[in-house]
Amino acid sequence: MVIVVGYAPGAPGEAALSRAVHEARLRDARLVVVNSSRGDALVDKRFAQGEDVEHVERLLEQAEVPWTLRQPVRGREASEEIVRAAHEARAELVVIGLRHRSPVGKLIMGSTAQSVLLDAECPVLAVKAER
Amino acid sequence: MDLGPLMEGFATAATPMNLLYATIGVILGTAVGVLPGIGPAMTVALLLPVTYSLEPTSALIMFAGVYYGGMYGGSTTSILLNTPGESSSVVTAIEGNLMAKQGRAAQALATAAIGSFVAGTIGTALLVACAPIVTRFAVSMGAPDYFAVMLLALLAVSAVLGSSRLRGFCSLGLGLAIGLIGIDKVSGQQRLTFGQPQLADGIDIVVVAVAIFALGEALWVAAHLRRKAAQIIPVGQPWMGRKDWQRSWKPWLRGTAFGFPFGALPAGGAEIPTFLSYITEKRLSKHKHEFGKGAIEGVAGPEAANNASAAGTLVPMLSLGLPTNATAAIMLAALTGFGIQPGPLLFEKEPQLVWGLIASLFIGNALLLLLNLPLAPAWAKLLQIPRPYLYAGILFFASLGAYAVNLQSFDLVLLLVFGLVGFMMRRFGLPILPLIIGVIIGPRIERQLRTALAVAGGDVSTLWSEPLAVAIYVVIAVLLLWPLITRLVRRSGRRPSFKDA
Repeated sequence: MVIVVGYAPGAPGEAALSRAVHEARLRDARLVVVNSSRGDALVDKRFAQGEDVEHVERLLEQAEVPWTLRQPVRGREASEEIVRAAHEARAELVVIGLRHRSPVGKLIMGSTAQSVLLDAECPVLAVKAER
Repeated sequence: MDLGPLMEGFATAATPMNLLYATIGVILGTAVGVLPGIGPAMTVALLLPVTYSLEPTSALIMFAGVYYGGMYGGSTTSILLNTPGESSSVVTAIEGNLMAKQGRAAQALATAAIGSFVAGTIGTALLVACAPIVTRFAVSMGAPDYFAVMLLALLAVSAVLGSSRLRGFCSLGLGLAIGLIGIDKVSGQQRLTFGQPQLADGIDIVVVAVAIFALGEALWVAAHLRRKAAQIIPVGQPWMGRKDWQRSWKPWLRGTAFGFPFGALPAGGAEIPTFLSYITEKRLSKHKHEFGKGAIEGVAGPEAANNASAAGTLVPMLSLGLPTNATAAIMLAALTGFGIQPGPLLFEKEPQLVWGLIASLFIGNALLLLLNLPLAPAWAKLLQIPRPYLYAGILFFASLGAYAVNLQSFDLVLLLVFGLVGFMMRRFGLPILPLIIGVIIGPRIERQLRTALAVAGGDVSTLWSEPLAVAIYVVIAVLLLWPLITRLVRRSGRRPSFKDA
């Protein structure tokens, strides 16, 4: 059994990760952490590097669940990478973090969460960061 | 010396409109400086069509702001990302990024910004002192002398820069050929027009510059978009401690001393003086062990050198009408576009423009310090823009600009053709600068040659009748035969080229 979690540095990502760890313990499942970048900007702060990666690895080691961290950079949207990873691993659950968005932001940018919710073949658990 | 004209220049530059254009210029310049692959030359080329409706003084003030801003912005990317934003800040990346990795990014950014300000201000003051002297000397130069000086500029740019002389001369040949297209002004003959009536007026320099710089670069990036996410080093407000000041001020002054003369020389540019400054600081430093681990001298010196060279570039540009780098070449093209003849008479005929421009450099430098010192982290955010969006925008402005010059769709075809030429040049490692200098100087050197020959009644020996011309031909000969000379002297097969070393 596999749980796929979409991660990006920041509060919603942390919330999703800790919830996914919790679910993995409950279900005795393996955890696949997906953190991707389209890689077309010179700097992508949602792509975990250096200290962020160490932080995730430390957290997962402490949780004592089997885990893998995937960081694909091949020009695809984050939602596509998450759904694809879930499909390949025949995941039973996908966990993602939600964040508040401004009206303008909604107008201009697509929603990663919405694409995952609509495209994933398994149930999706969407969590919010604690306020 | 007489500071009256400079004060009048300040009066011109300090009008609200000109201050606005200077501000727009430095903001744009910093932005393009921060972004790797987009430089001041491309930006000025893209702005050319927009500025044809402006006052020449305002347009030139904006261009100068872009040029100075590019020199400031390049260092931010070098230090925080280890990717030089501009070719002039390649050397800054060596020590600057190491400093940032040690957690001293704030000091590196501060010494770069303050050093740029110091060097830019001293450089501009030197420009005020030197340019009128050179001009006074230049007024006495005849057509044969001019021909020799321009020939030196063309050959120096082609032979000294870049990885191979052959490629440099290929590029120069292309540029001169493009410059020939159109009706000959003296005989009325059509040259290289292939029977196309649209080509009879020649090719607008805007179209060539935009195509080679913007379209060529965009196509090249599109073909080579490397997908990788780099890590940027987070930084707070740039600042320096007392010890950093003590270690920085001498490198700033030495960097200025390197940068200014090199900027004024044909083919001097900003790359060689930054490199020389780095080597000097490394040798003179009391903290030699810190070099290779992030020494502040290695940032302070080169950053001062590149800004001083920017000021130096303006000496031959304003006093002789001779561009020594791509940005200056396009600024000269802009002057021609406004119907102003660049050359030694510029100071006399357009004092308002020249002194307004020089005064705006002092103002722009101060603005840049204010913009860059507190806001460096904000500028670094520009690097998060996905590059496809950026280049789509550049292509849009390139096409719009090329069309707007003459409002004929034929120019768009030319844009595409020259864009492909620009792409192929990048593919095969041909330097861009000789082509652009060739297009701009080509027609002018031809006119000087014909004037000289007409005055002498067709006697070719007039070309070496004056001592200055003869001296310049000797320099050219040395320049061209340099590899042969060193080979004979050393009797070793090693090439003395700077880039190969």
